Amino acid sequence: MSANNNFDYSIAIGGAAGQGIATPGNLLSRIFIRRGLQLNAYNAYQSIIRGGHIFLTIRVRNRPVQSHGDHLDLLLCLNQDTMDRHLRLMRPGTHVLFNGDSIKPGEMADGVQLCPLPIKELTNDNRNKLVQNTVALGAMMHLMGIEFEVLQEVLTQQFGRKGQAVVDENITVARAGYEHGAANFARISSVLPTGPKPLAVWTGNEALGMGGAAAGVKFYCAYPMSPSTGVLHWMANNARELNIMVRQVEDEIAVSNMVIGAAHTGVRAMCATSGGGFALMTEAIGAASMMEIPVVYINVQRAGPSTGVPTKTEQGDLWQALGASQGDFERLIVAPMDTLDAFNTVPELFNLCDHYQCPGIVLSDLLISEGTFSFDPDSVDMCPEIDRGKIITKPNGTPDSEYLRYKNTADGVSPRALPGTPGYTHVVATDEHDEDSVLISDEFTNPIKRRAMVEKRARKFDNILERISAPEIEGPADAEVTLVGWGSTRSVIAEAIEQLAESGVTANQLAIKWIVPFHTEAVTEILSKANKTILVENNHSGQFFRYLRCETGITVDASIRKYDGEPFAPHHVADGVRELMAGDAKIYVPEQEIMV
Amino acid sequence: MTTIEDVQRKPKDYKSKINPDWCPGCGDFGVLNALQRTCAELDIPPHMILNVSGIGCSSNFPGYFKAYGMHTLHGRTLAYASGAKLANHEMTVIATGGDGDGYGIGGNHFTHIARRNIDLTYVVMNNQVYGLTTGQVSPTSRTDMKTKSTPYGNIERPVNPITAAIMNGATFVARGYSADGKQLVELMKQAIQHRGFALIDVFSPCVTFNKDNTYDFFKPRVKKLQDEGHDTSDWKAACEKAMEWGDTIYTGLFLQQELPTLGDLEPVLAEGGPLAHQPVGLSNEDEQRIIQRMC
Repeated sequence: MSANNNFDYSIAIGGAAGQGIATPGNLLSRIFIRRGLQLNAYNAYQSIIRGGHIFLTIRVRNRPVQSHGDHLDLLLCLNQDTMDRHLRLMRPGTHVLFNGDSIKPGEMADGVQLCPLPIKELTNDNRNKLVQNTVALGAMMHLMGIEFEVLQEVLTQQFGRKGQAVVDENITVARAGYEHGAANFARISSVLPTGPKPLAVWTGNEALGMGGAAAGVKFYCAYPMSPSTGVLHWMANNARELNIMVRQVEDEIAVSNMVIGAAHTGVRAMCATSGGGFALMTEAIGAASMMEIPVVYINVQRAGPSTGVPTKTEQGDLWQALGASQGDFERLIVAPMDTLDAFNTVPELFNLCDHYQCPGIVLSDLLISEGTFSFDPDSVDMCPEIDRGKIITKPNGTPDSEYLRYKNTADGVSPRALPGTPGYTHVVATDEHDEDSVLISDEFTNPIKRRAMVEKRARKFDNILERISAPEIEGPADAEVTLVGWGSTRSVIAEAIEQLAESGVTANQLAIKWIVPFHTEAVTEILSKANKTILVENNHSGQFFRYLRCETGITVDASIRKYDGEPFAPHHVADGVRELMAGDAKIYVPEQEIMV
Repeated sequence: MTTIEDVQRKPKDYKSKINPDWCPGCGDFGVLNALQRTCAELDIPPHMILNVSGIGCSSNFPGYFKAYGMHTLHGRTLAYASGAKLANHEMTVIATGGDGDGYGIGGNHFTHIARRNIDLTYVVMNNQVYGLTTGQVSPTSRTDMKTKSTPYGNIERPVNPITAAIMNGATFVARGYSADGKQLVELMKQAIQHRGFALIDVFSPCVTFNKDNTYDFFKPRVKKLQDEGHDTSDWKAACEKAMEWGDTIYTGLFLQQELPTLGDLEPVLAEGGPLAHQPVGLSNEDEQRIIQRMC
């Protein structure tokens, strides 16, 4: 491996809400991706507009970045609180940047390089409270060996809208920081590489929005709820250019039903929310299933129950999704594993929902949805194949009285005529109904017809597994340990597996994305050949542990569960594996070191 | 030479193959007949009508009406109707349902759709009771009414749907009476032709569960606003008339204003026809633009 591939650098910026942490984060991200480097940024924040503690970690590598990592290399403190919380975590050889006028360091390890910035002097006593951020960015450029002009370019782009005076002010103070750094601070020891080509950057929510647009969504509806609101923002910003109707409405009940109304006319419709909003949507999901109308519902999970911890991640809604809505019916549930997967999943799910005329649920979480990740623009296909299933939009000679919206066909799927099509008038109903949509409860409730309809709707899905790839083992087939995960844990588990390999433990991973339908046979076969099986998930009760047992009969050997709101760091998983292998414990719960 | 297409439609052209299962004497029959006559007089093709209902006796409506229809969830009628209208604004969307469905569980949607002014018509069959669940109070039940859920008498005051609609910004607010088909047809025609959200609250007596607000109750009381020269642009007068509930109960058009509909204000609907008819998917230019912003 070349030195370039080993480059691994984590920058953390901490301060109170309102201190403008997002902007330096964005600027650094642009600088890195334009240089072709890959990044993974995780923002720890609270449900507060001013105050509190925000801690943004940006990790940069010249290869895929699978998590926000185990260490920090550069800490930028915008307030004293950040210094007090995180200085003790800095190892020898790392750097700490801070406003030397107002922030005092405390106890720290030997060999940590303190980089105080005399902000008042460098900015000519500028009263703007955010100016220290730009000074610090300038100093960072020096530390990392990046030419100042690179920062100048992104500052110009970022602040251009605010006028030349603002751009000039920022460049001036950034340069002052750069020169002060050059005069006073030793550079970082590793050399910042350049990647093979420029990349792009997105959040999971943007990927979901883009996936919807690529799938041809024409109706997006939402109620703001952390951490899903980013999808609404992306959609709203792009609505006019892409001709998508975007509506923010009065509550999630309106959202979840409006999308069905829209979808009934033939458009692809989608919505996103978090667990609490999803709870309000569940009645509608059953309605979509009964009326056989395709809609995509996205749940970006966050720590619950109830209002929970709105800004923290969890994988706690698996059973809510499985049980969404009353009655006995099937719905599609998929948990994408990273942002590119999230992007691709939306069109894939829409094709399935259109084909099977049913609702589909995407289970994302805060970690994916609000994290910022680099991606290769060439890997994103915004014109994927679109399959609308059996829809009727033009009359083909069938008179009204013969069209049966819920015709009991061999494969269970009944051709769907769209409103406005002459000759196919019909009513769709949430009551049980016969083939001709007449309510069975309007006549004598009819057991024969009822049974036939229940079977028809279920029969639709008989062959669905043929359309969806089964999960596969990633890593050596004969590994000592098989780590099982679902959704967002795939990348961090992969990184833990690398760490374990370095310490002589062989491990592989079974990362599961499709919850319903579930590849029972394939999963059972894989796990029956595994040695020690450990399930990794972000919840307390082992939601996927139980689901796996439920669908396969297999009880995995042990679990690693984290439910403090913070995502897994790779060492949490690797340490857990070592401990579980050393003893008989069934559960390992890692401790969170970074206090946010 | 006249052809099939030239012949005006008749009310029976909007009759589905199912007969309503409403109790004999139910006010909803009058509303169904009136809407069928209305659509015939306006000559709207059945395939261009979308009837949307919730749950309740009156929400069975779409099944008896030959057109496209959605029989949805209790209280969610207006959400479905809004979504459908915005996605295919060429359809004539008519929402139907009862007073509980519309003003109780559906109250939040009712509030917001009024101010949004989405171009659709909402016909509420107001019988001041919950019928299908066999006789409990509804949001419009009178104080003191004895029902299965209020055996000692209702201690709450009813909501006034007319003033509520006016205060929430509805641009067409009317009240009808199911026994006065002629007035109802007139109001329905105006409502459908009105550009914006149109409410017609219709007294539609429940002969089985509401022994208070019967035909005998309404007949001597209902008076037409239009017979008294009411100014339909005056919201204050409209509210005062709407609050009269004694020997006189007003029916007719309370308020009408011309304001832009949500469709008028939404640039995405300005050109290109209904969203439902537009091509699905992005162009290469769209793709370039989107990706470029993330670089």
